[in-house]
Order: sequence, then C-alpha cells, then structure tokens
Amino acid sequence: MKKKSLVSIHDFSKEEQLRILELAGEFEKTPNSSILEGQVIASLFFEPSTRTRLSFETAVQRMGGRVIGFADANISSTSKGESLMDSIKTVALYSDLIVMRHPVEGSARFASEVSDVPVINAGDGANQHPTQCLLDMYSILKTQGKLDDLHVAFVGDLKYGRTVHSLTIALTNFNCTFHLVSPEELKLPSSVKQHIKDKNLKYYQYTDLMEAIPKVDILYMTRIQKERFSDPVDYEKVKNAYILTRQMLGNTKPNLRILHPMPRVNEIEEQIDTDPRAYYFQQALNGVYVRQALLAYLLGLKS
Amino acid sequence: MENIKIKELKVSAIENGTVIDHIAHGKVLQVVKILGLEDFEDQIYLGANLESKKYGKKGIIKISNHFFEESDINRIALISPSATIIEIKDFVIVKKFNVQVPSLVQGIVKCINPKCVTNQQKVETRFEVFTIENRMRLKCHYCEKFTNQENFDFN
Repeated sequence: MKKKSLVSIHDFSKEEQLRILELAGEFEKTPNSSILEGQVIASLFFEPSTRTRLSFETAVQRMGGRVIGFADANISSTSKGESLMDSIKTVALYSDLIVMRHPVEGSARFASEVSDVPVINAGDGANQHPTQCLLDMYSILKTQGKLDDLHVAFVGDLKYGRTVHSLTIALTNFNCTFHLVSPEELKLPSSVKQHIKDKNLKYYQYTDLMEAIPKVDILYMTRIQKERFSDPVDYEKVKNAYILTRQMLGNTKPNLRILHPMPRVNEIEEQIDTDPRAYYFQQALNGVYVRQALLAYLLGLKS
Repeated sequence: MENIKIKELKVSAIENGTVIDHIAHGKVLQVVKILGLEDFEDQIYLGANLESKKYGKKGIIKISNHFFEESDINRIALISPSATIIEIKDFVIVKKFNVQVPSLVQGIVKCINPKCVTNQQKVETRFEVFTIENRMRLKCHYCEKFTNQENFDFN
C-alpha cells in the first residue's frame, strides 16, 4: 500500500477533502467503534498543544486504538540532542501512524519523508495546520449545509494567522466571497490574496468589524497578539475594535455562525457563548470527528 | 563559429573541456563554489572583470577535461542567467548553449526562513523555482516560504 501523509492541506485534492468531511459525518453519527483495534498511534508533541493533542488522542481512543508518545519535547530524547530524523525513524518502527506537532517549520514534511508510516501534521510552527483547516471546513459545511457560494469573514490577525491562510486558500475551491477584517498592520498577505484573485473570486477589506457582520454567513474570529505590533501604542488603539460583543450581533443573517480556532482570550465576549450563532465549542468537538476520519483514511481502513 | 573560437583562444586555450562564458560581473567565485570546482584535479582558468561588449564586465571559467550534465550546469542560472556554456574538443567548439533556469533546485541555496527545518537540522534544501517578471523566487519544499533572488545565500 502506498503511504500517504497529510502535511499541508494542498496534499489533498478537493475530492479527498470532501471525502474526509463525509467520513467525519459518519464518525459523528457513530463515534465509538473498534476499527483501530490493534493499531498503535504515535502522538509526538515537541511543543505543547493541549487541545489538538487531546482531540487526536480522543479520536484514537474512540476507535479502539492505542496511543504512545509525549506531550512536551522536554520529556523526549530531543532534550538529549537526538536529531528529528532519528526520533521519527525510530517511532515509525514502533507505530502505525505518527501525529506530530513541532515548532520548526517544514519539520512535518521532513518527517513524512523519513517515516515509513503515514504522518499527520498537527502544526509545524507558523507553517501548516491542515487538520484545523479540515475541521473548519467541516464546521462550515455542517452549519451552512454547503461550502459553495458563502460569504466568509475573517477577523483579527490575518497576517500571521496560519489557520486563516489555509482556510482561505481551501475555500477558493468553493466560490466563496471573502470579507477581511483587520487592523492595517495585520492585513492578509498578498500571496494569500493572490489565490483568491487566481480563481476570479471577490474579497473586501475592512478595518471596521461592524461593516462586515451583516453581510456574512460565517464569522471566523482570531486572536490579535500584542507582540505582533512593533509599537505597543498601535496595539492599544486597535485591541478593543476586534472584540465581538453581543451588541454587535443585532443585525446578522439568520444562518450566521461564529467560529474561532481557539484558544480564545477575550476576542469573543463570554455572553455570546449561549447564543445559537456561537459555534466555536461545537467546532472544537468537530475536530475529533475530522481526526477520526483522517486516521481511518490514512491507515487505509476507510477509502 | 570561427569568430567565437578565435576570441576564446585569445584569453586562454583549453584543448578539451568546458568554457563558462558571460558570467555576470562579480559572480565567478560563486560559480566555482556551486559547481564544486575546488575539488577538481584538472587545470582550471578563471577570468574576472573582463571586458564584454554585451555586458560591460564579465567573468569566464575554463575547465579542462570535464563535461557537465546539463542539469548540473544549469544551477549556474541561479546566479548568472546570462552564462553561456561552450564545450570544446581538440580546440574546436562542439556545443554551445545558454544556461536554463531549472524548475527544481536541490542544495546550493539556503532557505531564508531561520525557523525552517533546513536551517535547524541536517536537511538538504529543496525548492521549486518560480520566475515572475524576470526575478527568480524559490519556494521551499519544507517550510513553503519564498526566498527571493536578491536574498539567495549559497551554501
């Protein structure tokens, strides 16, 4: 069997992405099974990420598989100076699939090349985080009933937010219109906008969140980090402008859903959590179904 | 053809081997480096800051008794797309061509991203080459960041 890994969302064709979403739907209906029985999944978190790791490990356990690994590089032999290549080659001998999170960019691609078993990238620095992208797509599909022809707003740090970049690029396959809301300093990079232009799709840029809210089906919030600003005064000026409050949701489309890759700090007021348009906790749960789908697909248990 | 031959002979003749002509000004030593000429045993002549009608100043390298695979020699295009390759047998030019920008580059150039795995672990760089408005950009196979021509740093 030819080994296939998922390092970047581009590794999957549109058809494969849709197939994963379809499988995720099946796992949502029947999350518990024993199809992974006898399989050992390595969960290598060279940098901590509680949500992503627990989501993967839950996915494995729900299907009856076993997990080996570590949650922090300090407890791996990396701290003794072992090369990434040696770590991966060794773990590939022990396990049937590797889930890896690593702070070094490109480390996941490299791991997929030296490993004899499939590798799922659970985030490589600021580069790629494809399972987040798939779970975002699944959440959009579930709440809107489709991925095509939607109006999607991205809010906050559009410059450095890797989830925003990959989701934007993935959605250019579905004829979406993009509403980009950010401070001047954190606008979407032109390389990502080029993907939108290449598909002859439309995007609109705003600095005022209120302008975009009534127009969209999906409001994808992200966190603005203080350290992204060279001048702290600039941060102080904008920090409250991109916090979503209940008052701002007075005039929305009825099908609007609010997404957030989490963790949230203060960019969505907690009062909104009980609003039917808030979807970010369900979104996090969807991550388990999508990861179940991916594990089953890459292990050749579902095609 | 005859003219070219006489011109080459004026500078310094090789009986058999490869001449790399029209190397961009100031790039001769980089060409030496990326072709690994330091390790060659046969005679090599280097010329720098030579007059060129077409380019003002140019460099030239003559390597005795060695012929390159096109895929190897095309790496020169990364630093001097103007270079011309001339193959000589018995003092006669048998082949002449311009270097072509390769579509893939392995090794040679460093990735500009300090957080890239190629700068952190023993991993050879690999890039896909894009040319936009005559400027080369290399997309890293690993971290997916672009390194622009003006930032090329040769290993």
